Amino acid sequence: MTSPIRRLLGLLVLAGGIALGAAAAEAHPHVWITAKSEVVYAPDGSVTGVRHAWTFDDMFTTYALQGLASKTKGVYTREELAPLAQTNVESLKEFNFFTFAKADGKKAKFVEPVDYFLEYKDSALTLHFVLPLQAPLTPKQLALEVFDPSYFIDFKFEDKDPIKLVGAPAACKMQFMRPNDDTANAQRMNEQNFMNGDNSNYGAMFANKIMVNCP
Amino acid sequence: MRQVFVRLAQGIMITLAALAAVMAFDAVLHALMAQNPFGGPRPAAEPQVGGIIGWILARQSEFYREMSGTIRAAKSDGSAVWTLLGISFAYGIFHAAGPGHGKAVISSYLVANEETARRGIVLSFASALLQALVAVAIVAVFAWLLSSTAKTMCSAEKAIEIASYALIAAFGARLVWTKGAGFMRALQAKPELAMAVAHHHDHGHAHDHAHHGHDHHHHDHSHGHEHVHDEHCGHSHGPTPDQLAGPGGWQRGLGAIFAVGLRPCSGAILVLVFSLAQGLFWAGIAATFVMGIGTAITVATIAVIAVSAKGFARRLSAGREGGGALIMRGIEFAAAGLVLLFGLGLLFGYLAAERATCL
Repeated sequence: MTSPIRRLLGLLVLAGGIALGAAAAEAHPHVWITAKSEVVYAPDGSVTGVRHAWTFDDMFTTYALQGLASKTKGVYTREELAPLAQTNVESLKEFNFFTFAKADGKKAKFVEPVDYFLEYKDSALTLHFVLPLQAPLTPKQLALEVFDPSYFIDFKFEDKDPIKLVGAPAACKMQFMRPNDDTANAQRMNEQNFMNGDNSNYGAMFANKIMVNCP
Repeated sequence: MRQVFVRLAQGIMITLAALAAVMAFDAVLHALMAQNPFGGPRPAAEPQVGGIIGWILARQSEFYREMSGTIRAAKSDGSAVWTLLGISFAYGIFHAAGPGHGKAVISSYLVANEETARRGIVLSFASALLQALVAVAIVAVFAWLLSSTAKTMCSAEKAIEIASYALIAAFGARLVWTKGAGFMRALQAKPELAMAVAHHHDHGHAHDHAHHGHDHHHHDHSHGHEHVHDEHCGHSHGPTPDQLAGPGGWQRGLGAIFAVGLRPCSGAILVLVFSLAQGLFWAGIAATFVMGIGTAITVATIAVIAVSAKGFARRLSAGREGGGALIMRGIEFAAAGLVLLFGLGLLFGYLAAERATCL
């Protein structure tokens, strides 16, 4: 009696594992974002939020712009793009703005974005927005991750100046790890997240990790 | 009761093993199909995630990303359309894995029913083409005719998505209902199992039950040569393959085609909108249908494997002392349950599917 049950359980686990693996392999990005971000500090040295500038690929840009009226063909002003920017930040809320923060290992929450607008340049849309933290924080270690857990969107940070610290105390050191960076996989943070069950999803493999240490 | 349980466990194990085999094959297939047929230089923009999954993803993304460039190129150079079609075909072939693309649903449906491989192929192609048709229709109506905004189009995509998942769930529920009845009867028929082994089972038996919504004369015909004894001792009310070839059989298949094919692929919609904006809508439409053919080939391959796996399970279980029917009904019931679970999982967001392009 026990043996078939045990075998059954074993097979269930195996099938489940393969099913999950197969499901993961199915996901692939349909939208590409080239990102540039700033970690913003207050004069007192506390971190207040993140300012993102996300540039969409040409296919998504075309999709997003469809049906949008503009005075001059092929030119979209910030005002003409305002309703779309509004839609963008509203939709992004559902995905937590693809930005996940931890202050000294504790999850930090963001509130609704401010100062958001879209810019159309070189046939690409760039979404600018500031994501304020719920309350300013002064952690010894701030860990930020930018990625889409379902990997529908691929985030690639700009080659030049991907991340900037704005107004950070001089002692703070920033470390940036791209998903294709081998060192990222060896990070303790990654492992910790995995064990916590936090972000322990498939898309986390494609996370961009930003670490700011302020002694 | 103990015996019943062990049988049930065995049946489920065979099903799971078959499913695992299908999925493993699927992964291998993806790996094989992921070669770039054009041998051109590959952009190295994708994150280098290790392992097979990362490699597959990178290839899949490459094909997809090449599409926008190729559509742009086609504006000035007509021959680029052929490249576009080639890329779309390759992309379709190994993009066909998402639950939204119905690989799992079609395979489970085929296993749940007494379906033939040929029928599996037809269902795969019909649903893939319907999927392409829906994508073209959405973009033609919303982007081309109505000049809707992305927000409107996204709402439409989401509505269709929900309808499609609900349809899969409803379809699964119906399968569970009918297959559950067959399974329960197989369980209750246990005392008769011993008789069945002797092969002297009274065939009048099956005739009595054949009135359940099925064509009678078809049944007579099938009795001429289709004497699988486990069909009878299980008191099966399921149709034989012969009946499925009849008009009623195809109508039931329509349910599967719509459940699977209603939801368009987000990738196809993006490609269509992009080609429309470039003034090459027709090229986008052609690419979408070629993508659909590629998708159908993969889904059909998997469907055929699923049907063969079931046939294999039947041959294995047929040798068992009378347990064959119970095992087969158990497999069918489990497959029906899978369709329902897929539908519910997709509907309530437990299963990740390719989401609509809403940002």
